[in-house]
Amino acid sequence: MLTITNLVKRYGSDEPVLRGLNLTVPGRNVVSVIGASGAGKSTLLRCINRLVEPTSGEIELNGVKLTSLRGNELRQARRRIGMIFQGFNLVDRLTVMENVLSGRLGYVSFMRAALRRFPQDDIDRAFQLMERVGIAHYANKRADELSGGERQRVGVVRALMQGPEILLADEPTASLDPKTSEQIMSLLRSLSEELSLPVLINIHNVAEAKTYTDRIVGMRFGRIIFDGPPDSLDDEAMEKIYGGTPAEERSAPLPEGRPSRVAAS
Amino acid sequence: MSAGGTAARRWRKPPLIRNPFLRYGIFLAAAVYVYWALSTLPFDWERIQEGLPRAARIFQGAFPPSFERSNLLIKGFVESVQIAIIATIFGLIISVPVAFMAARNLAPMPVYLLGRAIVIVARSFHPVIVAILFVKAVGFGPLAGILTLTVYSLGFVAKLLAERIEEIDWGQVEAVRATGAGYFTTLLYAVFPQIMPRQIGLGIYQLDSNLRASAVVGIVGAGGIGATLMNAFGRYDYDFALAITMVIIAVILVSEAVSGRIRKKIW
Repeated sequence: MLTITNLVKRYGSDEPVLRGLNLTVPGRNVVSVIGASGAGKSTLLRCINRLVEPTSGEIELNGVKLTSLRGNELRQARRRIGMIFQGFNLVDRLTVMENVLSGRLGYVSFMRAALRRFPQDDIDRAFQLMERVGIAHYANKRADELSGGERQRVGVVRALMQGPEILLADEPTASLDPKTSEQIMSLLRSLSEELSLPVLINIHNVAEAKTYTDRIVGMRFGRIIFDGPPDSLDDEAMEKIYGGTPAEERSAPLPEGRPSRVAAS
Repeated sequence: MSAGGTAARRWRKPPLIRNPFLRYGIFLAAAVYVYWALSTLPFDWERIQEGLPRAARIFQGAFPPSFERSNLLIKGFVESVQIAIIATIFGLIISVPVAFMAARNLAPMPVYLLGRAIVIVARSFHPVIVAILFVKAVGFGPLAGILTLTVYSLGFVAKLLAERIEEIDWGQVEAVRATGAGYFTTLLYAVFPQIMPRQIGLGIYQLDSNLRASAVVGIVGAGGIGATLMNAFGRYDYDFALAITMVIIAVILVSEAVSGRIRKKIW
C-alpha cells in the first residue's frame, strides 16, 4: 500500500508544483493520473522514488517511510519501486539483455555488475520475463536497434526485474503509435494482475485511462481534484481537470483552506 | 513626393561598429601599434643580410638527403612511436577520472573545481615547455618525453571528455538510478556506454597528435627522433637532418590519413 500525505514540492522559490497532495493506493490496483501538462504528474511520480526530493510531506510504501531515507537505505527502497519512462530511457549502446539485467543493479556488487556476471537466477528470470513480453530473441541486440514498442517492453522488463512492490509509469505510451500504445497499456494491466502489483500510470490519453485502469486520479496545479472509477469521470469532471486557461489560474492567489474537491474515494 | 510614385528606397548594410569615430579609430590604433612594434623590436638588418647566404649554404649542404645512417633514424623513430603510444595510453587512462571530476553534471562543486584546475594546469603550457621542465627533473631521454606527452594528452582528452559527459542523455542515468544502483554502478551502466565512442575517437586523435609532438619535444632532449634530429644539426649533418625531416613528414601524413579514416567510422 502506498500512502502519500500532504506532499509539497517547490523548486527553488517558485510557486509549488505539488501543494499538499494526498493519495492512497491500496494493494493491487491500476491507477491512472491525468491532468494538463504542468499539473505536477511527473513530479509526483519522481517524488515517490526520490528522483526528485520532496519539499515536505510523507510517502510510505508498505510500512517504509520513503521520505526520510538516505544513502544505502534509499537505494534499497528504490529497488522495490519499478519505473517506466516516456522516452523509455534505455541505455542505447548496451544490449537488450544488459538493459534488462540493469534492473538487478541494486542487488549485485559493483564487480559483478562491471564483469556482467549476474547470478544464474537473474538470468533465468530475465529470459522468462522477456519471453512473457515477446522480446527474448532480441537479447543480444543493441537497445537502439529496436522499435518504440519493443523498447518500451524492455523498459517494462527492466522495471519488473527489480522485483518491485509497485510500478510507476510516467506517460509510458506518449512516444508510441496508437496501436502499440494500447498493447503496452494492456500489457501493464495484465502484468499487474499476474504479479499482484499496484501500478501508478501518468497518462495524457483519457480514453486509454478509462479503458485500462481501475481508478482515475485527476490533478490540477499540484492538487488532486478528482478521484474515482473510470465511469464517474464525466464532462463536468473533465472540465474541472482540463478547463480554463492555465495561466490565469496559476497567477491567481491560492484559495486558502479550501478542501480539495474529491468526487469519490 | 508624388502620390503614385515612391522614391527609390536605398539600403546599405549597416556597419559592424555604428560609431564612425570608434570604427576608424580602431583602424588607426591598429596601424599605429604595428608601426610602433616594428620600429622598437631589435631587428639587426646586417645580421640578416649575413645570415641569408648562410641559410643557402645549409640548404645546399642538405641536398641530397642522406639515408646512410638509417639505422639511427629507425632507432629514433621506434623510440618516438613508443613514447607516443605509452603516453597516449597513460593519458587516456588518467583522463577518465579527471573528466568525471570536471563534469559539472556529475561532480559536486569542490570536486568539479579540482577537476577543472587539473585540466587547466595540464593545458596551460605548450608541450615544449613541459618537456624542458621534465628534462630538468628526470634527465634527458624517453622518460621525460613520456611524462610530457602524458600531461599533454591528459589535458586535451579530459577537457573534451568532460564536455561530452556534460551532454549525456540524463534520462538514461535517471532510469539506472531508479533501479537502486549505487553511484559507481550508475556511472558504469548509464554514463560509460554513452561516452565510450568519444573516448575511443579522442584516443586515436591523441595518438596521432602525440606522434607529432614526440618529434618536437625530442628537440629539447625528451628522447625519440627529435633528439636524433637535434644531434644531426649539432654535428652539421644537414643532409641527414633533411632525411629525418622528410621521414617525419611522411610518417605524420600516413598517421593522419589512418586516424582520420578510423575516426570517421567511429564518430
